[in-house]
Formats: sequence, C-alpha cells, structure tokens
Amino acid sequence: MAVGNIAVTARLPLRVRVRELLDREQVLGPLFVTPALFLLVLLVAYPFCMALYFAVSNAFIGRPSHFVGLRNFVNLWQSDAFRQTFQNAFVFTGSAVALKLVLGISLAVLLNQQLWFKRAIRGAILLPWVIPTALSTLGWWWMFNSLYSVVNWTGIALGIMDPPGPNWLGQKYYAMTAVVTVNVWRGLPFFAITILAGLVSIPRELYEAAEADGAGPVARFWLITLPMIKPVLAIVVLFSTIFTFSDFNIVYVLTNGGPINSTHLFATLARQVGLETGRIGEGAAISLYLFPALMFVVWAQLSFVRRQVY
Amino acid sequence: MASMARRRLAGKIATHLALVPFLVFALFPFYHMALTSLKQDRELYDRHAVPLLIRQAPTLEHYAKLLWDTPFFTWMKNSLLVTLLSTTLSLVIGTVAAYALARLKFFAVGSFGTAIFVTYLVPTSLLFLPLAQVVNWLGLADSKWALVVTYPTFLVPFCTWLLMGYFRTVPKEVEECALVDGATRIQALLRIVLPIAVPGLVCAALFAFTLSWNEFIYALTFTSSSEEITASVGITSELIRGDIYFWGSLMAGAVLGSVPIVILYVFFLDYYVSGLTAGALK
Repeated sequence: MAVGNIAVTARLPLRVRVRELLDREQVLGPLFVTPALFLLVLLVAYPFCMALYFAVSNAFIGRPSHFVGLRNFVNLWQSDAFRQTFQNAFVFTGSAVALKLVLGISLAVLLNQQLWFKRAIRGAILLPWVIPTALSTLGWWWMFNSLYSVVNWTGIALGIMDPPGPNWLGQKYYAMTAVVTVNVWRGLPFFAITILAGLVSIPRELYEAAEADGAGPVARFWLITLPMIKPVLAIVVLFSTIFTFSDFNIVYVLTNGGPINSTHLFATLARQVGLETGRIGEGAAISLYLFPALMFVVWAQLSFVRRQVY
Repeated sequence: MASMARRRLAGKIATHLALVPFLVFALFPFYHMALTSLKQDRELYDRHAVPLLIRQAPTLEHYAKLLWDTPFFTWMKNSLLVTLLSTTLSLVIGTVAAYALARLKFFAVGSFGTAIFVTYLVPTSLLFLPLAQVVNWLGLADSKWALVVTYPTFLVPFCTWLLMGYFRTVPKEVEECALVDGATRIQALLRIVLPIAVPGLVCAALFAFTLSWNEFIYALTFTSSSEEITASVGITSELIRGDIYFWGSLMAGAVLGSVPIVILYVFFLDYYVSGLTAGALK
C-alpha cells in the first residue's frame, strides 16, 4: 500500500508538484528574494569590496594594480585639496542640515494651519524636491552668474547690496554659501512635508488641555509640539545627513569644487581624482570616507526606527 | 463673537503672509528659468534691463535652437527608455521581495530585510567608481543599458521598503481566506494582495520613475557619447560650450528636461506627498 502511494505521488504531473512546492513558505520566500539578492550582491556588495581593494592599491585607469597598503590615505592627508574637502564636507553638511531643520519645522508649523489653497501650496513647496537636481541647479547657476546675477540685481535694487554685489561662485565663502543655499532649497520640502506628517498625528486634546491650563502658543510649541515630533525629527535629520554628506549634483553643476577646492565634497573630489586624473585607487579611498557616516546613520536608524517595525 | 471671528481671520491671513517667503524661495528659480528661456538675447544680455520681467517680445528661438541644432530628442528618448525599463524591472523585483519579507517566514528573512534597508541608505556617490569597472566588464561601457542595469541598485531597495509597508497593511485574514479556499500563495498575491495594494504600487512606480529620471552621477560616469547620454547629462555637459550666448537654450533645456516629471507631479501630487512620508517613516 505504502509503495503504491509513493508511486502515485511520483506520477503526479510536474505542474502539480511545482505548484505544491511553490506553496511552501520555505521555498517561495527564498525564490522571491533571489532576484533582489542577486542584484545587490553583484552590483552593490561586490563593487563595495572592489572599492575596499582599490583604496589600498595603486589602481590607475587601464593599468594592472598592486597592493600599496595605506599609501593612498597617507597621500590624501598630505594633499591640501583633500584636507580642504574634509573640512568642507562637515561645514556643508552641518550648516545645510541645521538650516533645513529650523526652516523645515517653521514651514511645517505654517502648513499645519488652516489654509485656503492647501493642496496648491503643498504642491508648490514640494516642487524643488521632485525636479531633476542637475537641471534646477543649472537655474541657480544662472541666478549666481557673475555678470547677470538676478540675486545681485534684486539685492542692489532693494539696497541690501553695494553694486556690483558679490561674485557668488568665484569667492570662497560666497561659493560655500551658494551651494548650501541650493542644498537647503532642494532638501527643505522633504523636511517640511515629513515633519508636517508628524505634526498632524499629535492628538488635538493635548493642545486643548494645555490651553485650559493657561499655556500660551510658545509654551505649547516647546512643551507639546517639539517633544511629540522628536522621533520624526531624528529620522529626518539622519536621512538628510547621509544624503547631504554624499551630495554630488549641486556642487558638480554649480562650482565643480571651486574656487580652489573651497566647495569640493568627497563625491566631487573622488570623481575628479578617480576619473579625470585616472587615479582610481585614490578616488576610491576618498569615496570610502562616506562609509563611516553611512554606518553611523544605519546604526542609529536600526536602533531607533526598526525597533518599531520588527 | 464677531471679534473672535475677525481675530481668526487675521491669524489666517498672517499665516499666509508668513508662507509667502517660503513660496518665493521654492518657486522663483523655476520662474526665472522659464523667463530666461523665453527672452531674446538682446534683452537677456542687457545689464540695464530688469531681469524679473520680459519687456520685449518673448521668443521661442532658444527652444527651436535646442530642438533642431542639438541631439536633445535623442537624450530625452534615452532618458525615457532607461527610466521606463529600470522602473518596471525594479517594481517587479521589489514587489516579490517585499511580499516575501512582509508575509513569508523563511530562513534568514530578518537579515535580508536589514540588508535591503542598508542598501536603501547607500548613496550612489559611494560606489560609482568600482561600479564603472563592473559596467566595463559587463561590456556595457558608454551604453544606456549600463544605466538600465545599475539604476535598480537604488530603486529595488526603495520599492521593497515602500511596498513592505503597504503589504503589511493588507489584513492577513483576507489572504488566509483565499488560501483556505484553495488558492495558491502566488494566486493570493496576484488576485488579493496586489489589488488592495494598488496605491502603494502607484506610489512606488512614481518614485522609481522620478528617482531614475533625476539620477545624475551614474549617467555622467557610465555614458559619455551623444547617442547614449540622458537628458540631465546632455543638457549640463553638451550645451555648455564656453561661449556666453547659451543661457537661453540652457534654460530651455532645463525646462523641457523637467516636463515629464512635472506632468506626473501635477496628476499624482497626493501620491508624492504620501510616498515621501511613507518612504522615510515606515
């Protein structure tokens, strides 16, 4: 009888057997994640290992490479361009994220009020975030043009600037101000809209209770709003930190790192060294400086956010 | 009572007034871009003219120059091809992966979820140099197919992450009913879960489309010849020729290169708003 049963199972049409196999979670699960896993191993994990190898080799475009230990890193720390870039990265990220945070909270609080054209206003606010950054930065490049800057024209017309006004992209500190401004312009919608989602979820009763206890608008903001949106703020700041730190588009289009490296970030310097001069090893070493920042953000996210998800 | 209503109205007007600087900041660059693209060169390069308005007759000559004298159509076609293919590919891969992560129990599912999350945060500027080598080995150097292959590296983690959130909101019971009635897992996914998760799929598709249309560093690194580059790269690198009379066409290119995104944006604004928060918060 048992033998007969096995024979029957074995004679089941292939289609049925495959169907039954696919219904097992232990089979279907791995099958479903295989394409994604394949992609991530081949095009993320593998290139990452290559980056690690490049960074300790003297790889040069079109030439065999040899292990050179930490020489690339030593060379980098001896170059003014890299030390300047290292400093720029922190100045750029620190000031841009701080500005986006303060402006983002203010904007979110305003958007959370009763508004007449709510949808249109939100649409307008979010627009800089969806338009291709490389293209909108071209617009800013023109706005900061040394001869025809509309920023300077307006500043002079309003009496804030002395003619001819600053040469935005040609002077050290102004160039940094310009790239930070464009980064804030592009990243502010993300802050405002995400923080707004946090504001909307605060229960009305909290405000009513506070108002009954005599708390004014300022006290309500500091004692209710801010503590309640703290988790959202943490997530937004972490996300923005890694994407600001690794920014490429804005600096590449606006200044290409200049004048005299004063706006270079790791990504733009890595491209210049790795592709334009061909020293891939050194370029990869520069890119790898983004990695500790990434690790920190991942660690922080995993200990804050994921705890709620899994 | 009347004074209360009046106070509320005053507050509302004050809120709108406070929003004006933010709106000007957000929209002015686009206004100025469009304005520049429509100005005659004579007015554009007149340093005494008011740059905020068009005083002389507007012109389409910059657009004509862009469309007929440059390979702009080819660039747009490349962008569209790369974007549509990589979006479709990523959506399919992301959907099945997200379903597995959200619903199925199997070996190492947790660590795979973490891996997806980590790659979601990996910036493209971290890996572009070694990826260029991989692209060479695959025989895709200076080809738009290199972009079709590499864009899913950031689109798949994004789609997976977003869709996992949506799939979790589909009640398990609905799916279990179908399974009890004799449907297979795959049938349950196709006929029960996916139709409920359509808003999530639309959202993921829109974001994937936007992210790959806007991608710049990979396109700049992996492609270089005029026939292979995308719109963003073509406009930023090929229209700049060192002479100073190109601003009109450059701005025309920036405007036209953004049109596909603007169209989607106008029709699906609410999806963009909800997807933005879902992507960060879920």
